[in-house]
Amino acid sequence: MLERVGIKSVDDLLTAIPKDALRPKLGLPVGMSELEIQTHLESLAAKNRTAGAGPFFLGGPVQRRYIPAAVPVLALRGEFLTAYTPYQPEVSQGTLQSIFEYQSLISELLAMDVANSSMYEGGSAVAEAAFMAVRTTGRKKVVMASEVYFEFRRTVRTYAKGPDLEIVEVPTRDLAPAADGAACLIVQHPDAFGGLVDVRAIADAAHAAGGLCIQVTEPHANALLEPPGALGVDIAVGEGQPLGIAMSFGGPYLGILACRMALVRQMPGRIVGETHDARGMRGFVNTLQTREQHIRREKATSNICTNEAIAAITAAVYLGLMGPEGLRAAARLGVAKAHALAHRLGALPGCSVSTDGDFFDRFALRVPRLAPGREGSGYALRNALLVDNVIVEATAAHYGDRDDLIIQCTEMTTDAEMDALVAAIESIAASVRETVTAR
Amino acid sequence: MTIRTQVIPDSGVKTAVPALEPLLVEIHEEGRAGRHVRGGEEADALIPAAFRRRAPLGLPELSEPQVVRHFTHLAQLNYAVDTGMYPLGSCTMKYNPKINDRVASLFADLHPKQPQSTVQGALTLLAELERMLAKLTGMDAVTLQPAAGAQAEFTAILMFKAYHQKRGEGAKRHRVIVPDTAHGTNPASAAMCGFQVTTVKSDAHGNIDLASLKAALGDDVVGLMLTNPNTLGLFEERLREVCDAVHAVGGLVYGDGANMNALLGVARPGDLGFDCIHINVHKTFSTPHGAGGPGAGPLCVKEPLRAFLPKPWIVRDEQGRYHLDTARDDQPPAGLGDSIGRVRTFLGNFGVLVRAYTYMRTLGEEGLAEASNDAILAANYLLAQLREHFDVAFDRACMHEFVLSASRQKKQGASALDIAKALIDEGFHPPTVYFPLVVPEALMIEPTETEPREIAERAKTDPASVKAAPKHAPLARLDEVTAARNPKLKWQRPT
Repeated sequence: MLERVGIKSVDDLLTAIPKDALRPKLGLPVGMSELEIQTHLESLAAKNRTAGAGPFFLGGPVQRRYIPAAVPVLALRGEFLTAYTPYQPEVSQGTLQSIFEYQSLISELLAMDVANSSMYEGGSAVAEAAFMAVRTTGRKKVVMASEVYFEFRRTVRTYAKGPDLEIVEVPTRDLAPAADGAACLIVQHPDAFGGLVDVRAIADAAHAAGGLCIQVTEPHANALLEPPGALGVDIAVGEGQPLGIAMSFGGPYLGILACRMALVRQMPGRIVGETHDARGMRGFVNTLQTREQHIRREKATSNICTNEAIAAITAAVYLGLMGPEGLRAAARLGVAKAHALAHRLGALPGCSVSTDGDFFDRFALRVPRLAPGREGSGYALRNALLVDNVIVEATAAHYGDRDDLIIQCTEMTTDAEMDALVAAIESIAASVRETVTAR
Repeated sequence: MTIRTQVIPDSGVKTAVPALEPLLVEIHEEGRAGRHVRGGEEADALIPAAFRRRAPLGLPELSEPQVVRHFTHLAQLNYAVDTGMYPLGSCTMKYNPKINDRVASLFADLHPKQPQSTVQGALTLLAELERMLAKLTGMDAVTLQPAAGAQAEFTAILMFKAYHQKRGEGAKRHRVIVPDTAHGTNPASAAMCGFQVTTVKSDAHGNIDLASLKAALGDDVVGLMLTNPNTLGLFEERLREVCDAVHAVGGLVYGDGANMNALLGVARPGDLGFDCIHINVHKTFSTPHGAGGPGAGPLCVKEPLRAFLPKPWIVRDEQGRYHLDTARDDQPPAGLGDSIGRVRTFLGNFGVLVRAYTYMRTLGEEGLAEASNDAILAANYLLAQLREHFDVAFDRACMHEFVLSASRQKKQGASALDIAKALIDEGFHPPTVYFPLVVPEALMIEPTETEPREIAERAKTDPASVKAAPKHAPLARLDEVTAARNPKLKWQRPT
């Protein structure tokens, strides 16, 4: 090969590189065999406590849900997984039709006109939705409910530093009155504490003030709750991980973004559309590309290029397998278990359910103070429960003055896990009472 | 109205129009379902009537074998690295080792909000990956948050903004300089940060034109976004002068690492004048492209930018335990400080980063250097053979990819697009076409180090009669104009 190129060594091709910078010593480890790397990673993995290894009640945007066996078998086939972005549609119909089906399924689930082919993940999808509203209205103020997930709000705040947007956070109940001059109102339903929100009233207020309504949603809730499209919502966004995608310690996930047809040309990211080929056969292509960075450069609606296509295909496979009844069943199980658990925990001394109003498949729990000190009641109890190998979330300082636990249930939550949580809180609270009495 | 129907031979399913494979909605039949999850009926009474779904939930009802066959058929319509050579320039379609996928599944059942004491293995892996990437790029600190190269660009330009603001120069600096060979994401990322974009042309050797750059520089410049090797596959011949000129006016130099596959063990961006660089692990570190994503875009920066990196940061205590600094369990958490904050909900595309880590550890220092060496040699080998058939945009030694122009072939009746489609009939995925924009009828070819020599030899093209190509793909050429003019973006349920 060297001879054909007309060189003695590859270094003859590298004359443009400054000599003092050429071929540095990096200080990286030496290579490993496949067996060695497998063993090494198994030893790292052994230092983790997996979600399934004990009572587990974390949730929020990322949920531990049942993944049918066929989901990874299909979605992770090499023909999907090792393909590139479908820029050559003639040899990418598998990807393109799968994503078209994803867009169709998500549109149906959310009752929205159109969904794009995916965003990175939930938080940045909310930020991009806010950008859509800013472009549409020409306004730079974004009003967001403080019951939107903390991590989503933080992500929106970071993104907002780009175009210098003004971000206002108010409790959900104060969203409607804050609509004046806002590009959008961002509401989450069910909210971070599982609370059910009257989204329609918020959408009406946004529209009356000339702004848009963005709803942060989660997939399974839409199987049972009135979907964003029926509530007057303009842009629906959320984390799509619960649709058959592994939790994987933070990603890769699936940013869902859907909107009314009137806003489609403001959408970020790729969109697949139906067409036909030169012989009249149905086919699918990336379309409306004049919104995108590779055509419009600095005038594009977003800089997004690589997205989460394989996660969108995974979601399509999941929804195809679960069907409407399977999805409803998974959602119902979470709701039923959460309510049963809330009933038991709320009856413990010093505990009460603190979600405002009705809740869906998670709830906030106010708990007794364990001891005076830096840590509040919720956070201290979360740490005490960890000693018993029970994992729950504490609101910490992320939701104003709240110092509660947040408890999520799904179809995966077992009776044994629920019994363990109730027993652990009961015994910790009892031991605290004894200490106090003894004093 | 009668609906024209097409019977698909192997499934017997009727579709509304002739089609390769029906849509899920076309094979739906009421009452059909798998039984993956069941129960929970008592939940309906727990949801107040005002909140219950009244809109129909028209998801298709299907049996598991139907779904399995459907997506298997669809998969078979795809071209992929697993099925053949994929010489897409700038995309680095190298082989994706299967061990990477298997070990990633060891971490599938970890929730990102777990207490840090329960995820020490995962945090150790991330911290080690950060350290390896810093060494590889010659940088001082790394964030693993960005989900892709474009998000890393946005992250870095936000950090540039914060850096200039901290120095009291935020108000006056509002322009980002981008060469005309840059990927579209560069100007788009700068615009998302509220900055104006100044485009600088290339010179006769395929470098950024130094005189034009100097003319464009001033104290209103935020920085320069530069891909090196650039999208012509060429190493910038006066790179240090370019970086020095930007630094001289107080600007910063962003390295777009899309073409990092040419530089592993060959040169470190940190030694060349860059202030930061992102890595597309789905290119350089063999993580699967996933039909368009996910990727991951770690951003590596020099010391002066460290304070602005997205938080939380992974920190190590004296006992060797890892923590997230803004959410420590063992002591009061740190605040955001000068950090721009998080650019995503959680720490990063962990499942992708595990694959990248595995690739780096498997190859080790020597293997990584060998990969770049072989990628450069493969590209030059292919270029040597194609040089006699095509005009070469800038004819000098290329790095890991090169750009041809099909201008001559166009005069004979075959455009770059025609050649691309004809390659499909020859069993290859087409190269990148019509990019970079500075080369007419561009064909951008990147063979990567993982294609055997015999494949590279077959990948020559003959600009014969190719107008009707592809003839042997699942579909003939698609009508993209109709798709855009009359957008059909979801299925219509049969009524």
